[in-house]
Amino acid sequence: MAAADKVDPIHQFQIHPIIPLHIGGYDVSFTNSSLFMVVTIVLASAFLYMSTASRALIPGRLQSVSEMAYEFVGNMLRDAAGKQGMQFFPLVFSLFMFVLVANLIGLFPYFFTVTSHIIVTFTLAILVIGTVIVYGFAKHGFGFLKLFVPHGVPGYLLPLVVAIEIISFVSRPVSLSVRLFANMLAGHITLKVFSGFVVSLSAFGALGMAGSVLPLAMAVALSALELLVAFLQAYVFAVLTCMYLNDALHPSH
Amino acid sequence: MFVTSAYAQETAPAAAEGDTHAGTAVPAAEHEAFPPFDAKTFPSQILWLVITFGLFYLFLKRVVMPRLGSIIDVRNDRITQDLDHAARLKGEADAAVAAYEQELAEAKANANKIGQQANDAAKAQAEDTRKKLEAELEKKLGEAEASIASIKAKAMKEVGTIAEDTTSAIVEALVGGKADKAEIAAAVKSASR
Repeated sequence: MAAADKVDPIHQFQIHPIIPLHIGGYDVSFTNSSLFMVVTIVLASAFLYMSTASRALIPGRLQSVSEMAYEFVGNMLRDAAGKQGMQFFPLVFSLFMFVLVANLIGLFPYFFTVTSHIIVTFTLAILVIGTVIVYGFAKHGFGFLKLFVPHGVPGYLLPLVVAIEIISFVSRPVSLSVRLFANMLAGHITLKVFSGFVVSLSAFGALGMAGSVLPLAMAVALSALELLVAFLQAYVFAVLTCMYLNDALHPSH
Repeated sequence: MFVTSAYAQETAPAAAEGDTHAGTAVPAAEHEAFPPFDAKTFPSQILWLVITFGLFYLFLKRVVMPRLGSIIDVRNDRITQDLDHAARLKGEADAAVAAYEQELAEAKANANKIGQQANDAAKAQAEDTRKKLEAELEKKLGEAEASIASIKAKAMKEVGTIAEDTTSAIVEALVGGKADKAEIAAAVKSASR
């Protein structure tokens, strides 16, 4: 890796195959993205599995973290979707842990950020909305369509309101996926740009090195911010999932 | 088919990266889409996401979550149990205190009763004795009065004979000779009347 590569802030998002694989004319190679997906689930699974291995009555630090994550997501889902919503607990917990760990892993230099690709976040969003639609129709039949007809709206406004409700429903997977994707993408680009400044300025001798302290400080501050964003976006993703699942459970709001 | 050619495109700049960066960076950006929007990588990402996330979901659902749930349930049960135990012990302690207080109150009441009884008994006995003594004194008083009365009556009776004797003696001395006894008696009787 040479200096010029580091300055290119887009390079970190490039996908290259590790094990080329083609099935039915589609390129499904095992790529660096796939590798980090595997790393994400192995790390998250290993942490959750090993931290709880002792099943201690009085939890240690790591077990506390696992329990906190579990109860955090559990309470979030219970608050948003009620007791009935708890049947989706595994889904929401997996989503939260996957996004959180993927975001956090992405913060390490030279690591690939799985969630910085729109197709990944969009697939996860489609999984959520698909669950909402399938479960909503399975449970309520056509009653699920009441979701688009709010109570207490005067008749002449109804067509407009229904149109708005449908548009907002359709835009959910888009907003859900774009929010996560754009946050991770922008954060990583910004980090890369400021880190790039450090390298470029250092190339101008002593004065440049002294000046590079500023972007370095900025990069440190941004890293802290990105850590917050990594957690916050996983939280937002999980909260919105809970709220959408609530719609599937109780369509007449 | 276009997929394989895409790899050829992708690998070519990667191989060329080593030497002329300024030269390759710009054309690479031209013929390669912005990576997150590069549709060529979508099938692979979707497939591997489905595989990895599916495995992750199953692992969490089957292994991790039951375990975490049971850990938290066991702890909550234990806490509830301990709280119940504490509540039961507290109840027992409260009951013991109540029983002790009741016994104390009973003992106090008992003591009071015994004291009262003793007091009452003593009073009754004293009253009894007093009454008995009074009755005895009354009886003695009556007896004394009766004996006084009888002595008085006897004395009074004797007064007549003494008077008769004296009268007869006086008459004898004054008149001489013996006076008629019956006369003297009549005279004394009329005088003493």
